[in-house]
Amino acid sequence: MSLIREDVTYVANLARLEFSEDEVTALADQLGAVLDYAETLSGLDTSQIKATEHVLAVQNVFREDEIKSCLSNEDALANAPESEAGCFKVPRVME
Amino acid sequence: MELYQKTIHEINDLLDKKEVTVTEVTQAVVNRINAVEKSTDAYLSLQTEVALEMARGLDAELSVRAQRTPLEGIPYGLKDNMCTKGILTTCASKMLYNFNPPYNAEVYDRLSEAGGILLGKTNMDEFAMGSSTENSAYKKTRNPWDLNKVPGGSSGGSAVAVAADTAFYTLGSDTGGSIRQPAAFCGVVGMKPTYGLVSRYGLVAFASSLDQIGPFTKDVEDCALVLNAIVGHDAKDSTSLNLGKIDYTQNLKQGVKGLKIGVAKEFFGEGLQPEVRKSLEEAIAIYKTLGAEIVDVSFQHLDYALSAYYMISSAEASSNLARYDGIRYGFRAEEYSDLVDLYKKTRSQGFGDEVKRRIMLGTYALSSGYYDAYYKKAMQVRTIIKADFDQVFGGCDVLLTPTAPTTAFGIGEKTSNPLEMYLTDIYTVPVNIAGIPGVSIPCGLDNNGMPIGMQLLGPILSEETLLKAAWAFEQESGLTNLKAPLGTEV
Repeated sequence: MSLIREDVTYVANLARLEFSEDEVTALADQLGAVLDYAETLSGLDTSQIKATEHVLAVQNVFREDEIKSCLSNEDALANAPESEAGCFKVPRVME
Repeated sequence: MELYQKTIHEINDLLDKKEVTVTEVTQAVVNRINAVEKSTDAYLSLQTEVALEMARGLDAELSVRAQRTPLEGIPYGLKDNMCTKGILTTCASKMLYNFNPPYNAEVYDRLSEAGGILLGKTNMDEFAMGSSTENSAYKKTRNPWDLNKVPGGSSGGSAVAVAADTAFYTLGSDTGGSIRQPAAFCGVVGMKPTYGLVSRYGLVAFASSLDQIGPFTKDVEDCALVLNAIVGHDAKDSTSLNLGKIDYTQNLKQGVKGLKIGVAKEFFGEGLQPEVRKSLEEAIAIYKTLGAEIVDVSFQHLDYALSAYYMISSAEASSNLARYDGIRYGFRAEEYSDLVDLYKKTRSQGFGDEVKRRIMLGTYALSSGYYDAYYKKAMQVRTIIKADFDQVFGGCDVLLTPTAPTTAFGIGEKTSNPLEMYLTDIYTVPVNIAGIPGVSIPCGLDNNGMPIGMQLLGPILSEETLLKAAWAFEQESGLTNLKAPLGTEV
C-alpha cells in the first residue's frame, strides 16, 4: 500500500513538521516503500497473541515521598532560547 | 607496540607495576588523536587538555596510594547522546547544537567514579537513527580500515575511536544494532547487554523499550572490565534491573567445552556476502576444535523482525522526539508567526531528513485508523519473536550468527535508499526486540581487507556465557586487538 501526498501532509501536521512540495513527493515514495515492506506483517495471524510492550516484566517502582534536592530554577532555564521572570517564554497564545 | 595501541588490561599491568604513569598513557592517546583524528573524524568534541590535567592529578594521588581500580586513569570516549554536565551533548543534531546538560548520564557518573578520563564525545547518526553515521549533522566519520568506507552506525564514532586507537574504550548505544554493527565494520568488540542491565538515565531517548548502552573495546577481556563498571541498578531508571553484582572477568577464561552453540540457517540467507559466510563457517570449525557442541536450530518468524522493529522504534521515536519544540532547550527557529508555527519551523529546520522520516513513519503508525495494523501488530509480532528465541535457547546455550550481511559499504552508497539502509540491520534488530544480550567480535577479513564480525547471542542475562564464548574464540583465532592499516603518517 502506497502513501498519497495528502497522507503525508496530514501526518506532517500531527508531527508538527512541514515539508516543501518536493519533499512531500519524496516522502510519499520513501515511506510508501517502508510501509509496503511492513505489509509482510499482515500475513501473520496474531489474533490470539498478546502485545509485548516491554521485554521484561516491568513493575511499578515505589519509594517514600521524601524531600530531596532537584534541578534549580536557574539550571532548568539555562538552556532555554528565551526565558523571563523564572519562566520559559513562548509567543502569546491568547489575544 | 605503541602505548596507545594496547588494551585496557595491558595498560593496567603497566600502571600497577608503575612502569608507566597515567599522564604518559593519556599523552600517548592524545598524540595519537592529534595524528589521525583529522582522517577519521571520530569525535564531535574533545577535551584533551582537561584529560591531561585529570591524568596529572590522578598520578599525584596514585603515587601515595597502593591500590588502583581497573579503569582508573584509562582514557575513554562517550557517544554524544549521553549527557555530560558542562560538555555539549548534541546527538549529532542541529536541534541540540548548544545543549549543555544540567545533569550527568548515570554511566558517565559511574565511569567518573571509577577514575575514567573522558577524552571527548563521539560522532553518531543524528539521534542514533542510522546505520552508517552519515546522518550526523556535523561530520562524516571514516572507517580506519578504508577511509572511503562508512564505520557503520549509529555509534560509528565510538567504534572508530577504538579501532583507530584514539580511545582505549568507548560507550555506544544500541537500539537495533548500533553498537554491534559498527563494531563488526571496524574490527572491534561491541556488546549490547540485556535490556535493563545498564542504566539509561541521561541517555537521550530514541526508542525507550529497545535502547541499551554498551561498550566498544579492543578485546573481550576489556569488554568484561568496562561492563563491570557500568552494570548495576539505578533508581533513576524505572526499567533498571535490581540484581546482585557480577564480576564478568571471573569466569571469562573457562573455555567452551560442552557449550552448545546454535547455528540457524535463517541467519545465513539471501544477501549474505560469501566471504562473511565462509568466515563464519571457519569460526564454527574453531569452536568444534575447542570442544563446543554445534547444534542446528531454527526460527519460524525471523522474517518479520525487521518490519516490527521499524514500526516499534519509529513509533517510540515520534513520541520521544516530541519534546524538541524550541521552548525549553536547543535550537529555535528565528522567524515564526505563532506558537504552532514556532514548533513547526523549529522542528523542520532543526531535524535532519532521516529523523524526520522516522518521526513521520512513527506518527503514521500511531495515528487513528492505522494503530492496530502497524503499531499493535508490531508489538504482537514482538511476542512471537521473543517466543522464537525462547524456543531456540531451549536447545542451545548461545547462538552464532553474522553481525551484518556484508562488511562496511562505501560512503554515500546507500544514502539515497532508506529501505536498503534499513536492511543492513537485519541480523541485529531481532536481539533488541527480544531484549536479549549480544556481542560482536571480529572473525576475519574479507578480500578487500575489511573486518568481518560475528555475533554471539544468548538468553536474558547470559552476558557471562557470551563473554566466555567470545574470549575462547578470540584466543584460539588470534583475532584480538586488530590494527587498522592507519599509520601515524596520515
